[in-house]
Amino acid sequence: MKRNLLTIMVLAASTLGVNAADIEPSKVVYADGAVEASLSGAAGDASSGQKIVGSKKLGNCVACHQIDALADIPFQGEIGPPLDGAADRWSVAELRGIVSNAKMMFDESLMPSFYKTEGFIRPGKAYTGKAADDTFAPLLSAQQIEDVVAYLATLKE
Amino acid sequence: MKKLTGILLASTLATPLFAEAVDDTLVLNEEIKMVTRTAAPAHMAEEVDEIISGWHFRGKETRAMQADDFDNPGMIFVEKGEDSWNKVEGSEGKSCASCHGDSASMADVRPVYPKYNEAAGEVRTLEMQVNDCRENQMGAEKLGYTSGSMANMTALLASVSRGKPVNVAIDGPSSATWEAGKELYYARTGQLELSCASCHEANYGNMIRADHLSQGQINGFPTYRLKNTKLNSVHARFKGCVRDTRAQTYKPGSAEFVALELYVASRGNGLSVEGPSVRN
Ligand code: HEC
Ligand code: HEC
Ligand code: HEC
Repeated sequence: MKRNLLTIMVLAASTLGVNAADIEPSKVVYADGAVEASLSGAAGDASSGQKIVGSKKLGNCVACHQIDALADIPFQGEIGPPLDGAADRWSVAELRGIVSNAKMMFDESLMPSFYKTEGFIRPGKAYTGKAADDTFAPLLSAQQIEDVVAYLATLKE
Repeated sequence: MKKLTGILLASTLATPLFAEAVDDTLVLNEEIKMVTRTAAPAHMAEEVDEIISGWHFRGKETRAMQADDFDNPGMIFVEKGEDSWNKVEGSEGKSCASCHGDSASMADVRPVYPKYNEAAGEVRTLEMQVNDCRENQMGAEKLGYTSGSMANMTALLASVSRGKPVNVAIDGPSSATWEAGKELYYARTGQLELSCASCHEANYGNMIRADHLSQGQINGFPTYRLKNTKLNSVHARFKGCVRDTRAQTYKPGSAEFVALELYVASRGNGLSVEGPSVRN
């Protein structure tokens, strides 16, 4: 019985991309905007990170940033600075902090907080215009953040 | 050039340095010269120097379509609005024309809406006033706030005002509503935590993915959009923009959107009424 309940809970959690080893969004420790420890406890996968950065459905980072290395992705935005050479400017811990919650590094930043679940005004259920419900999850999972950070770490000039 | 914009933007997010609005002049039907950019009204002069119509941020063909009534697909809906203007409806056996005469006689109305209505003690949008006349003057049914029939009527009322400057009142009895609208304009909503100002004040002229950001002005409403090939009302547009911040939206016709409309309209005080405009 107990075991059944546990399986159900794990199942429910995994559909949201939550992993037992993950540091929860509200428990992430920022030091001057940077985050030292891996959010998932595991290493990131740069090729998965590249997909997340370019995908409209996932990170959609190119909506606001240009990345020369991803020149085949059309329509790159100009809201934030180009990410070329990001790894020359920032350490891995700083990149992790920026992607998790850029407002810790840049005051009032327009960049969305990708690993945050609290403190929103009228949060919605994705792009439906309806109120958020119990499926509300951070924009990216802990492992997706690690993958993105691993990809950003390859952006050297 | 593009790289430079990005880097500079990161350090001075408040005012865009390279607002790339196309340099062009809108002359309607080779006759009416439209004011599509002018000095910002005093209430917002600290944030923005110049207010610019969304027309300047669209492509050459789209801009040309709007300059000639024969090419503007929105004008078909103006004709439908004219038919409805003259049509007797409701228990009182009246049409709009029975009381107001020629639709051209309404030329001074669109520029000052939303407007405070003394008797009702509320700020009214044009849609609200049209429905008030239908219900209380004609004994007819209200039109859906963002319905096609309503958009036809607001397109007609905008079309007879084209070229006149937007001039909504923000003081006196309108001021509380205006303040509420301003607060909504700067509220960073949804999971993306973006406000109207994030995109339309701090970043107009910049690309957000495939979209060239304008100032989000409403002097051109209702807009005929090539994307959905119909007229789009102000509140439908607001709803779409709020939804895109991954937020729970407000309803068209809600007190919140009425307040937001008054505030956004006031950010265009001085621009010519352009509706129905053409957008992509
Ligand atoms: C809505 C626009 C927006 C989106 C979407 C966005 N960013 Fe940003 N980003 C910004 C802005 C604006 C800055 C500049 C920092 C500031 O706010 O002052 C920035 C800064 C950064 C920086 C530091 C810039 C540097 O190289 O010095 C990195 C790294 C970054 N973003 C990565 C990402 C990644 C990865 C994603 C997707 C997961 C992303 N951003 C999505 C707007 C955005
Ligand atoms: C029985 C007469 C009557 C009919 C029919 C009528 N109206 Fe009105 N309308 C009025 C009166 C009276 C006012 C002024 C009301 C006020 O100021 O509160 C008014 C005001 C308006 C205004 C605002 C004008 C301004 O200067 O602020 C608009 C717009 C309007 N009507 C549109 C319409 C439309 C559209 C129709 C048809 C669907 C219509 N009216 C039908 C009597 C009528
Ligand atoms: C994430 C960015 C973003 C945010 C936030 C945003 N918009 Fe928009 N908006 C757009 C884009 C993209 C368009 C289409 C291109 C353009 O005209 O800027 C647009 C178009 C508009 C238009 C049509 C302008 C025209 O000339 O046809 C209006 C009006 C508008 N927005 C109002 C608002 C208001 C009010 C808010 C706040 C509730 C808002 N927007 C928030 C991105 C945004």
